[in-house]
Amino acid sequence: MSAVLEQIFQVGFLAAIIRIATPLAFATLGEMFSERAGVLNLGIEGIMLLSAMTGFTAASLSGSLWLGVLAAVLTGALMGAVHALFTVALGLSQHVCGIGVTLFSSGLAYFLYRLIFGQQSVPPNIKGFETLPIPILSGIPVLGPAVFNQFSLVYMAMLSIPLAAFVLYRTPWGLSVRMVGENPRAADSAGVSVIATRFQAVILGGALMGLAGAFLSMAQFNAFTFGVVSGRGWVAIALVVFGRWDPWRSAGAALLFAFVDALQLRMQASGLGHIPYEAFLMLPFIFTIVAMAVMSRNAVAPSALLKPFRREER
Amino acid sequence: MFRLEARTSTPAWFNLALPLLAIGATLILCSGLIALAGAGVVEAYGVMFSASLGDSYAVTETLVRATPMIFTGLAVAVAFRAKFWNIGAEGQLLAGAVASCAVGAIPMPGPLAMLLMALAGAAAGAAVALIPATLRVKFRVDDVVSSLLLNSVIFYALMALIEGPWKDSFSGYPISPPIEDTANFPVLLEGTRLHLGVVAALVAAPLIWFVVARTTLGFRIRVTGENPEAARYGGINVERVLISTALLSGALAGLAGVGEVGGVHFQVMSDISPGYGYSGIVVAMLARLNPLGVVPAAIFLAAVMTGAEAMSRATGVPAFLSEVIQGTALLAMLVALLFTAYRIRRVGTAK
Amino acid sequence: MLAPTEVDGLFSALRSMAAQGLGIIFISHKLNEVRALTHRCVVLRHGRVAGRVDAPASTTSSEMARLMCGHEIVPPARGPSTPGAAVLTLEGISTSQHSGMALRDVSLSVRGGEILGIAGVSGNGQRALAEVISGVHAPDAGKMTIAGKTVSRFSPRDVQALGLGRIPEDRMTTGLVTNLPLADSMVLPRIGTEAFSRNGLLKPDAIRAFAEAQIKAYDIRCPGPMTRAGALSGGNLQKALLARELAFDPKVLIVSQPTRGLDIGAARFIHEKFLDMRAKGCGIIVIGEDLEELLMLSDRIAVMYEGRIVGTLDSADASVARLGLMMTGAEGKA
Repeated sequence: MSAVLEQIFQVGFLAAIIRIATPLAFATLGEMFSERAGVLNLGIEGIMLLSAMTGFTAASLSGSLWLGVLAAVLTGALMGAVHALFTVALGLSQHVCGIGVTLFSSGLAYFLYRLIFGQQSVPPNIKGFETLPIPILSGIPVLGPAVFNQFSLVYMAMLSIPLAAFVLYRTPWGLSVRMVGENPRAADSAGVSVIATRFQAVILGGALMGLAGAFLSMAQFNAFTFGVVSGRGWVAIALVVFGRWDPWRSAGAALLFAFVDALQLRMQASGLGHIPYEAFLMLPFIFTIVAMAVMSRNAVAPSALLKPFRREER
Repeated sequence: MFRLEARTSTPAWFNLALPLLAIGATLILCSGLIALAGAGVVEAYGVMFSASLGDSYAVTETLVRATPMIFTGLAVAVAFRAKFWNIGAEGQLLAGAVASCAVGAIPMPGPLAMLLMALAGAAAGAAVALIPATLRVKFRVDDVVSSLLLNSVIFYALMALIEGPWKDSFSGYPISPPIEDTANFPVLLEGTRLHLGVVAALVAAPLIWFVVARTTLGFRIRVTGENPEAARYGGINVERVLISTALLSGALAGLAGVGEVGGVHFQVMSDISPGYGYSGIVVAMLARLNPLGVVPAAIFLAAVMTGAEAMSRATGVPAFLSEVIQGTALLAMLVALLFTAYRIRRVGTAK
Repeated sequence: MLAPTEVDGLFSALRSMAAQGLGIIFISHKLNEVRALTHRCVVLRHGRVAGRVDAPASTTSSEMARLMCGHEIVPPARGPSTPGAAVLTLEGISTSQHSGMALRDVSLSVRGGEILGIAGVSGNGQRALAEVISGVHAPDAGKMTIAGKTVSRFSPRDVQALGLGRIPEDRMTTGLVTNLPLADSMVLPRIGTEAFSRNGLLKPDAIRAFAEAQIKAYDIRCPGPMTRAGALSGGNLQKALLARELAFDPKVLIVSQPTRGLDIGAARFIHEKFLDMRAKGCGIIVIGEDLEELLMLSDRIAVMYEGRIVGTLDSADASVARLGLMMTGAEGKA
């Protein structure tokens, strides 16, 4: 037991948790904004993949990582708009549209990547983000190097959590988002445009998913591979439920998941030889399913989630 | 101004017209990507068509490819009818493949082996589908997310098998030992790969149609899917219906895996399914969740897949075009479905 | 919905606002309220102005009803009846708080050939009462009998098998499946019975024939049994629900808000059906907010307040004023 605890409080382990949590935090916050406005976005997996691809490509062609991040964010926002077009403007099934957006985005990501880079035996990579130690803070023992010696995108994720909470709970726009997600009819009669607010929330959510994709291909792996997202989008959807549609709790859920993931990576590496490594890879997914089973009973989703709004229909 | 107006009924010819409309729109939209890749649109689609449906051998290959998607399409169609959001057909297919491979490796008379493979595969698929259904009924866990996450779990379990106990000790490749030769599904047409599973799929579609349209279970599935509250008030045990639906859906997806093991690969490897489970969703939606429509929809997607590979070889357009076509077709079909519920009316602006 | 005393309060507030120069548009189907409150009245029918009344206070309700329907409306007369044995009894039924107000120690009985009205400001346990009797929720305590048999399992199927017919408060969400053919909704509660299926196989012809017969018998206006149920008007939907329950001769019928949102013609049809069933010896419970409707239909009226039955009156002794007082909990057990 003490050996495990020793592992946990190693700087490298803490830093790994933070790194793993970063794309999940972006994705989870993105999905949360969308769902708070009443729109489930199952396109998240594909949106992250496509953004990872466009971000990587833009960075690789232009040589500027930040241009890559911008491309990824714009891609995410654009795909968010596409999802909103189908689910908000046309009121189509959010479940099936989300799957459609994921299939479409992943197909497009693979297609364009192959078109641009061709078939290469060694996948091209870029020089990704480097860690940016924050003066003074990074000098704090243990915590400093783990938390304050990270990629700039990690700091962005940390800042985006209180920012998301502020926007959602303290701004008129956040109030509109919560209203159209809980009671669109009341919001409509109070003069809030349900359609516009939902569009904005889903687009913002898509942009955050784009950041998640950017982190994966430009900070974590420094390359685009077909498995670059590998289920992280689906996990983010579960984390939103686990985090009860709240920015702080959702971020906490992302950290918890990252802890389990980092732990299984450590256990894999520590050579518990007789256990196949796939058993560890499964672990975070099983953990997520079990966590949802434990949490879902008390979880109260936004009332209007999955329900399209048409003014003339009651 | 245009306005959507609710329809009271849908003309029968819509069943055919809407998927064709969606497919047409998809091909037009995706021709932009072909042009982007620097190939002739007509030429590329021409190669796709002739390679998938151009001659009788191509047709048999497309049918073989369509078979797993007929099964997963049926699995999704049944599940979605009950609004049981089974996105886990992929994992259920893999479970069915593994189970049938394990059974097929046991020496026994051929027909018995095939029967037991089918039963084992169906049971394995059903068992996997039972998990999200139970989680939803007992713990109110969203079935979309749990069935999606389970796909990864099942995939890693399969990998653990073929990189562990099942690993080929000769070559060291992560592939399972082959099933017994006697368990290989008979080929129906000399010189092709048209196997018994293809016929099974073509029989399964009308059978499932009958279950949905003509049995009390089908009635309960439909009513539960459309309005669970009215179903419960009307005396239907909604939870039991969801569980039954999951078992049926999972069994069908499991059979998709059985067909791939018994009729195509005769063993299990990591890429035994290039996403047939997800394609099942596209198939089911193109078919408007009608089991009879699943067959032509699956054949269409199979033709796109086989055709895309040939097109890629001939024109250099990446074969991933078939994935884009699948996603676009799904979205286009959803939009087309609007016409079943609504008609577009022109309304004069107020004077 | 407001209690009558609260309605008076609202009206005096509206009057004083009008006196201060505010223009007020009051939209209602309650003719007596329109007559009591308004200075001028416009009658709408099928989206058109069907008539104008310049002095509503000095006109009669039946005159305004004639404008609303386009023809004379004669309220159905409730003849005398000789109630038989109790067909439904509740003894000491209590529930937990599952939907709104819980029930606390509710006892009541309905005899064959009797209509029992349940009055009360909505949210005082009516929904829980309907759900218990319909078998949707099991009570925590108490006993219920239908036609002399104790209900041992509270499920919609079990209470229906004992002879209970039910019309839910919310036709669109609880009663019907709007996206499926009307015929499906009409056979839904009995799909597992010999009438509509055998060995798990449906009898499509029997289902269709049943729906067609009921459409004819109840004059349900629709293109046919395969029409999407959601395309029908509220009145026709209510008729379809009534038809599906009455076709199997229930011994007792429970209905919630039977005519809410219906036009006068459809409401009249529903009322007549209730009185027909009463004459045939069916016991009926009508849960409603419209006191005049309850007074017209019911032999006895029980008043609910905060999950209890605070009193039961013979309708000869009841009046809107007295019921209204009881609904606010002012009067104890009568």
